[in-house]
Amino acid sequence: MKKKKQHTSFTWLLYFVIPFAVVLGYKYISKETPQDYTAIDASNPELASKTKVLPETIDYIFDVKPILSDRCYLCHGPDDGTREANLRLDTKEGAFAAIGPNQDRFAIVPNDTLTSQLVSRIHAVGTEKLMPPEDSNLSLTDYEKQVLTKWIDQGAVWKDHWAFVAPQKKETPQITNTSLAANEIDNFIIKKLEQQGLSPSERASKEKLIRRVYFDLTGLPPSVSEIDAFVNNSNPNAYESIVDSLLNSTQYGEHMTTSWLDIARYSDTHGYQDDLERVMWPWRDWVINAFNKNLPYDDFVTWQLAGDLLPDASLEQIIATGFNRNHKITQEGGVIDEEYRVEYVLDRTNTVSKSLLGLTMECAQCHDHKYDPISQKEYFSFYSFFNKVNEKGRIDYGEIPEPNLKITQQQTKELLSFINMPDSIPEVQLMVMKDDAPTRKTYILKRGAYDAYGDEVQANTPKAVLAFDDFENNRLGLSKWLFDEKNTLTARVAVNRLWQQIFGTGIVASSSDFGNQGALPSHPELLDWLAITFREEGWDIKKMIKRMVLSNTYQQTSKTSPELLEADPYNVLLARSTRQKLTAEMIRDNALAVSGLLVEKIGGPSVKPYQPKGLWAETTSGQGLTEYIMDTGENVYRRSLYTFWKRTVPPPSMMTFDAATRDYCTVERQKTSTPLQALVMLNDPQLIEAANVLATQMLQDNSLTDQDRIHTIFKKITSRAPDETEVQNLLAFLQESEANYDETKNVTATDMAVDKEKLYAFSAVTSLIFNLDEAIVKG
Amino acid sequence: MEEISKHFLNNNRRHFLKKLSLGIGGLAAASMLDPFSSLIEAPDSPLKGMNLPHFAPKAKRVIYLFQSGGPSQLELFDYKPLLDTMRGQDLPDSVRKGQRLTGMTSGQDSFPLVGSTFKFNQYGESRAWVSDLMPYTAKIVDELCFVKSMHTEAINHDPAITFFQTGSQQAGRPSIGSWMSYGLGSLNDNLPTFTVLLSRGTGRPLAQPLYSRLWGNGFLSSLHQGVQFRSGKDPVLYLKDPEGMSRSERRKMLDHIAELNEKQEKEFGDPEINSRIAQYEMAYRMQTSVPDTMDIEGEPDHIIKMYGADATIPGTYAANCLLARRLVEKDVRFVQLYHMGWDQHENLPTQIEKQAKDIDQATAALILDLKQRGLLEDTLVVWGGEFGRTNYSQGTLTETNYGRDHHPKCFTMFMAGGGVKPGFTYGETDDFGYNIVKDPVHVHDLQATMMHLMGVDHTKFTYKHQGRRFRLTDVSGHVVHDLIS
Repeated sequence: MKKKKQHTSFTWLLYFVIPFAVVLGYKYISKETPQDYTAIDASNPELASKTKVLPETIDYIFDVKPILSDRCYLCHGPDDGTREANLRLDTKEGAFAAIGPNQDRFAIVPNDTLTSQLVSRIHAVGTEKLMPPEDSNLSLTDYEKQVLTKWIDQGAVWKDHWAFVAPQKKETPQITNTSLAANEIDNFIIKKLEQQGLSPSERASKEKLIRRVYFDLTGLPPSVSEIDAFVNNSNPNAYESIVDSLLNSTQYGEHMTTSWLDIARYSDTHGYQDDLERVMWPWRDWVINAFNKNLPYDDFVTWQLAGDLLPDASLEQIIATGFNRNHKITQEGGVIDEEYRVEYVLDRTNTVSKSLLGLTMECAQCHDHKYDPISQKEYFSFYSFFNKVNEKGRIDYGEIPEPNLKITQQQTKELLSFINMPDSIPEVQLMVMKDDAPTRKTYILKRGAYDAYGDEVQANTPKAVLAFDDFENNRLGLSKWLFDEKNTLTARVAVNRLWQQIFGTGIVASSSDFGNQGALPSHPELLDWLAITFREEGWDIKKMIKRMVLSNTYQQTSKTSPELLEADPYNVLLARSTRQKLTAEMIRDNALAVSGLLVEKIGGPSVKPYQPKGLWAETTSGQGLTEYIMDTGENVYRRSLYTFWKRTVPPPSMMTFDAATRDYCTVERQKTSTPLQALVMLNDPQLIEAANVLATQMLQDNSLTDQDRIHTIFKKITSRAPDETEVQNLLAFLQESEANYDETKNVTATDMAVDKEKLYAFSAVTSLIFNLDEAIVKG
Repeated sequence: MEEISKHFLNNNRRHFLKKLSLGIGGLAAASMLDPFSSLIEAPDSPLKGMNLPHFAPKAKRVIYLFQSGGPSQLELFDYKPLLDTMRGQDLPDSVRKGQRLTGMTSGQDSFPLVGSTFKFNQYGESRAWVSDLMPYTAKIVDELCFVKSMHTEAINHDPAITFFQTGSQQAGRPSIGSWMSYGLGSLNDNLPTFTVLLSRGTGRPLAQPLYSRLWGNGFLSSLHQGVQFRSGKDPVLYLKDPEGMSRSERRKMLDHIAELNEKQEKEFGDPEINSRIAQYEMAYRMQTSVPDTMDIEGEPDHIIKMYGADATIPGTYAANCLLARRLVEKDVRFVQLYHMGWDQHENLPTQIEKQAKDIDQATAALILDLKQRGLLEDTLVVWGGEFGRTNYSQGTLTETNYGRDHHPKCFTMFMAGGGVKPGFTYGETDDFGYNIVKDPVHVHDLQATMMHLMGVDHTKFTYKHQGRRFRLTDVSGHVVHDLIS
């Protein structure tokens, strides 16, 4: 706990000891350049200050507030409880208010850097006057000091946080070379490139492009014949028709569902301690179907948040509410029931705010938010929407938590055909939402502790986003509030997430944090244009995705020159395409697809493919899922989104490739490169098998030369034809491998007609190609 | 082979220079050969400017012997004769002071006090109290630094163990080993920085489960996740090449992969490709270094004898202690052991006897073995569970049998080496063994102290995630300087 600082009149006097030279000197140090709205990584001030020069006009939102928020708000921000010197810098009133014991000082005096206390304090040298104080472990770089000083010098123009101001649809910018734009997205992107003296890259090769769009829209690779058809099709509409067919494929819905499962922290187990099995896959099947039939985003969300409260709610709408029951549930003996019940409500609150509003509301669970205008009272008012469920904190072994819904075979046949219920299962029971504890009151929980009741609160929303007037006092009202035209966040957060899915990084890079500490939009006007268009078009997800992939920006090559890499290392400006890595699911699905092993069946109970032996057994207590019993037959080869998810021991190969843990809502996965990934690619039995199967197929065709075979395997796995150097390299390896073959080699031959030596060598070559960097990137 | 590594070095040097020329990173050249090092992420590493370690570390490595389930301090180290005197009498309210109880005993009609059925004696020059359950540990008390005044906030296993490992009761934060890997990087270039070993106790076969998130990287890069070393053919998942594949064949394959990847890098200019090549090289080295480390063939008889017969049975606690020594010998920074089975709600006397026997000899052997190799001085060994156990019996107290429920308000841990005071006991509990009366040490205090020993100021070592700077010790924790020599 930090001590409250004492401000005596003596110390206030000392504030006048200003290093004038520094204050006045900034003008000579700073270089003037055109205004640059490029998002900087606030977590990396040093990087920012090395690569940035002071803008001509300092913008409060883009230049000043990230600094104030990150270095000052902790003691001079929204949280009443920890505010120092009665100074708050997160509101206009506070920032310009009189301070000091005699109320005769001002932190910020527009156009007057000499009397602005803020300026003198940040420049104080080696004294306890210095802000931020040394014991905060925070500091300002010279660049940041210059920004703050120059902003005050220029009149300290205040603006509200961009994300809490309603989006505006500005006119599409004009660009010099209009032929570079395929649609409005390009106008916005190219306009900015022009301002930076950059130009877009050339179009990606057709092979790269088709691979990229297949993975982005379906999560699966194109087949060789699909690649060839596209490469040889000179019709200008060829690409668009591929996009249309992909958006209409059922694989699209499966792919879209994969990232929604991260957001919804979907799992096949309860997640705590003995981590017992649960049945929520019918809800997952509903998501797949909803994406495939292109349920508008407002309905998609409303059904999941409040399907049960809709007038004459259908069975389907009630199933959708499973979204808010995917959180973890404990069965651990001896836990205090209420402690865990509260935990579940917190989880819902945090999941909804993070995924749909892009707000880190969870930071206001124990105290007022340190950075964003969300009080603890507002947090628990929001929490109140999810606090009417008559549920237990601790469930018994084998218990299906209430409230739940029973679905019979007959219902799935008549009403719920999207649920893939095997004939062997007569009925399933899955958790749903129900306000069956309508009289439960909600209190502020002091310090977030389940048993420390503060004041009672009513259901409400953070007013900084939009006041909760004239909405029903329940989850349905909340949904209407979310999709109200005046809600400043919902549409932006949604299109930003779609953008992240297609382009790799959101226009707001921190896709789960649009608050003061989040990244700034790299293209704010484009974000707003997309957000409003999304709403105007009836929240049509497929249409929005189509617009993104039809842009020339999307279709650029991912080749980078050293100059471009230097100018824009993180590809914020999109003068090229980002060379994106395949996800955990895509890597395995690619192997299954190219080897022909993939079983394309939609939905149903989760499946258990290959997993190293003993992983469940070695951590279990002997209760619940004690042993992983691998499936047989087609269940081994289903798409990875169907892989059984045991939260306490998730599938290791997927975790190695940065899959989310599903312990809590995840909007953005990590992107790492590790040695363990190399080991999975080299030795995962599924990849070994795929290599063997693909090699066998190639060898079964006697009309092919070795060169042909290498050519085809390479193309299947990477979606492009190898060049001569590559073929020669692989041929050499093939011959080496053939030479290495002897009876000690363990070769699984499924076809006796295939020569074992050849099979050994071709399996090795195929495995090699699976391990190429190119095999695990989109293109 | 030499060719290859030269080529590899050149390749990385180019990569390194390129990054430098971008002006976005001060990469240490060595880190390019060490993908487990946090520095590989250097271009945008928020670690920059954090200047880790903050001061000269006393410990370079940690072996954390986690005793999962909650070992009873009252049967092992915290001697309370009053509980014998008052055996069968109800726990006075004046002692309990309204402390919340788990649902397992909160409904009991009475809370009969019960002392240890095992005898206690004082040992060594330090005169530390140890029960008959731990004869080997008793012999090395002058190496140990006991903390009798540990306390925690959670009263159930899942949140309590998560709290110890990540500083938070709810899942999602990085494990302490991940923090160390991230902050301090690797000391070697062919083994993971943070390794994990599991064993199952014989005291309670239906033990508390473990969760792989306990050694998870949370929001840190997955480079820092704990890597489990398992007994059996595949000591690290997917480590073993397909049967019949020789090392030279694998080497050849990797050379071809590197060559083709490099061609891609030239065409696309993506620095990620070089990082990938480096990861494959590390994987290749691990394929040798991990089995070498696991193979205890070369350990002399007297060493095996020291750890006990179990040391030759893979997957036992004793075998894992021996492995832990081999790992720190190879400069693995953080070795996390878990021994399951310390959850004695009932039949405590018979269960804990077996449980203690599992670990006593090997723990003592590990500490002595480290010492005789000169490793103890800069290796911190930590022993302890997620909470303690109640001074009253759970279930019916009979002449020979009793159980104990979870007790978060006091329990005992010990440390050795790595800059802690040897032959030292810190903190005191009341005569009932229920409340702390002197020098309480919170979980965050222990974590802060461990970090301090590693040269890290826990208040300065943060990671910004979703707008907030997170630390292992959350918003609290004080270094317990009295424990440090």
